[in-house]
Amino acid sequence: MLKQTEGSRAVAEAVALCRPEVICAYPISPQTHIVEALGEMVKDGSLAPCEFINVESEFAAMSVAIGASAAGARSYTATASQGLLYMAEAVYNASGLGLPIVMTVANRSIGAPINIWNDHSDALSQRDSGWLQLFAETNQEALDLHIQAFRLAEELSLPVMVCMDGFILTHAYERVDMPTQAQVDAYLPTYEPRQVLDPADPVSIGAMVGPEAFMEVRYLAHAKQLQALERIPAFAAEFRQIFGRDSGGLTHTYRTEDAETIIVAMGSVLGTIKDVVDEMREEGHRIGVLGITLFRPFPIARVREGLQGAKRVVVLEKSMAIGLGGILSTNVRMALSGLHMHGYTVIAGLGGRAITKKSLHGLFREAGQDALESVTFLDLDWNMVNKQLEREKAHRRSGPVAENLLRDVGVVAARNY
Amino acid sequence: MSFQPVKFYQTGTFTVGNRLLPPEERSVQASAKRYNSINSGHRACQGCGEALGARYAIDAAMEAADGQIIAANATGCLEVFSTPYPETSWQIPWIHSLFGNTAAVATGVAAALKVKRQKGQGGDVRVVAQGGDGGTTDIGFGCLSGMFERNDDVLYICYDNGGYMNTGVQRSSATPPAARTATTMAVGPEPGNVFGQGKFVPAIAMAHDIPYVATATVADLRDLEAKVRRAMEIRGARYIHILVPCPLGWGTASHDTIRMARLAKETGIFPVFEAEHGEIKSVLTIRRPLPVEEYLRPQKRYAHLFGKNPAVETIAHIQALADRNIRKYRLEARQGSH
Ligand SMILES: Cc1ncc(C[n+]2csc(CCOP(=O)(O)OP(=O)(O)O)c2C)c(N)n1
Ligand code: SF4
Ligand SMILES: [Mg+2]
Repeated sequence: MLKQTEGSRAVAEAVALCRPEVICAYPISPQTHIVEALGEMVKDGSLAPCEFINVESEFAAMSVAIGASAAGARSYTATASQGLLYMAEAVYNASGLGLPIVMTVANRSIGAPINIWNDHSDALSQRDSGWLQLFAETNQEALDLHIQAFRLAEELSLPVMVCMDGFILTHAYERVDMPTQAQVDAYLPTYEPRQVLDPADPVSIGAMVGPEAFMEVRYLAHAKQLQALERIPAFAAEFRQIFGRDSGGLTHTYRTEDAETIIVAMGSVLGTIKDVVDEMREEGHRIGVLGITLFRPFPIARVREGLQGAKRVVVLEKSMAIGLGGILSTNVRMALSGLHMHGYTVIAGLGGRAITKKSLHGLFREAGQDALESVTFLDLDWNMVNKQLEREKAHRRSGPVAENLLRDVGVVAARNY
Repeated sequence: MSFQPVKFYQTGTFTVGNRLLPPEERSVQASAKRYNSINSGHRACQGCGEALGARYAIDAAMEAADGQIIAANATGCLEVFSTPYPETSWQIPWIHSLFGNTAAVATGVAAALKVKRQKGQGGDVRVVAQGGDGGTTDIGFGCLSGMFERNDDVLYICYDNGGYMNTGVQRSSATPPAARTATTMAVGPEPGNVFGQGKFVPAIAMAHDIPYVATATVADLRDLEAKVRRAMEIRGARYIHILVPCPLGWGTASHDTIRMARLAKETGIFPVFEAEHGEIKSVLTIRRPLPVEEYLRPQKRYAHLFGKNPAVETIAHIQALADRNIRKYRLEARQGSH
């Protein structure tokens, strides 16, 4: 059914259609609207039987999900930013135990300085945690990916993180096609756990493993993710059959056929990039886009296949490996090993800095002339940076960086939520 | 298979021999039909109070729940000595997730079981969470308090040996004052652990007004069993804090574990009581309070108090704390009290 709704609401309704049995949550912007909506559905009885647990921290949220999942319940939670870091120990534990929990990450930057706006630092900090990571481009895709996520998680017995851009998607009112319960039921079978805490057949879950088997346990986690790479296209195909639209999969290419320059990105910024690519195509630039939907496992072969005809690749990412450059671009580089082409890393949109069409036009043109630095910070205010560097040279006690910069730009105080 | 009922014998004024009791009053452990939830062959030190406490507590819970128990376990000695992969001692469904999240994991299990029951799948399965004092009073305290505050249907059992034993005897917030640990060495002007304000989690649990809070020791195992049984009759958040001496960490002889637990109780160092909805309902009284020195002296962790120059003031300070417990919890047996 077509409806105009907020991204968070759409995700909440999709999750509800998946018949979760235990939901636990701790509030953090911009995730709140999702769990608020689910909490209401449980409280008014429209989502039943289901337990909604208001926990005291994100660490507890993931831990409750771990217990519930180990006891055989379909379990869901959502978080963002500081919350994801706060639960990090349990995030690794959930995947290490092989528990198919689904979690939404409403992508938001990580402090300090505290900042509520969108980038991908939170989810990417957990890239090696053993979770599958899907990135939504639109609200429709966010909704669809959640339905696929439960299927994937339970088939593989691995947890899945569905990442959607905070505010940009979570708080945007857009038209979405909401599936029916019958469609979701046809796609998502009831959860049959591989391991369950059951007095009729007692098992010990989470035993200590020494050097004699630890490597093998870890390798199997890797092998399972590689299995996911093979299964995901099939899940997406089945999804198309039942729901009548394309969603999910590994990557999406756009106008890459004869492209000399291919832009790689994840999430909602792909929309803006495609608009710019359309405009540049009209001017005769041979430029295309490769959008990455599945970040973990990283679809190396597919990315290579999608990029190998190009002369240059520009990875535009809302994340940063401080002291190295990009995170996404490092992963893309793995896929391009041995190929001769120019590779550029562009760090953009950190902490909610707008990524405008105007800036992208300039950037892509420069890239087309191979005039880009290997690592570029889009729309960085060099004056502000240099002023602070000068200050640090001049005074030992130069004070807190963030406050200095805010004083320079003339904003008196940042608002915290 | 025929079996010989296990019989215990009267060994002193404190021990009630099972032989003298009618069968229905005998302890769970006295029965050959006990569950052996944590089976023999685990790797605890000889004389480990935690292993003993866990065996009694979990078997009593199993008995009360007709074998329908799922246990969650924090990282710590109990977890490590019971499950070196692949040799688990647990005969019951058991999960270890992390050091600090056991109460929350148990909440999740309980929530799942509730939904399953509503769906008509699975019977009345109960949840027990367990952790050491470090996993309970320090790193797991946030999750524990959350579980209490929501009144989740979990029995949480803390095995208090007064320190982080699994990592080599470091101080926890349950380490008693003056005790030597690897991080509160017996050096400097004030050797051993500091005298703080104390962090006695049973009292904090009571402040949550949860339906049931009790303390126990491995010296009074029938009392421990009775408390577990009582806890299992109640729904909601329940907490039992068991004092479990640790020969390794305390520097005591393996055969003195029960004696040390008894001395902790008989000196007033460790008050043994039962509370419902924040109100104390009963205490194990002390017939003849013993001086704390009797408890402290056999333990190497207090050796620095009894050198050439005994730390008279420190011992007096500990005595004062024990006396305060006796007053506060009304531990002294008087005519007409129970
Ligand atoms: C997050 C985290 N921090 C520290 C540790 C290391 N650690 C494991 S067990 C343990 C001590 C456990 O002490 P306690 O809970 O009192 O149990 P005990 O071993 O004394 O029975 C520590 C510090 C850990 N496993 N995880
Ligand atoms: S160190 Fe202490 S608690 Fe740990 S197994 Fe040995 S006696 Fe038991
Ligand atoms: Mg301990």
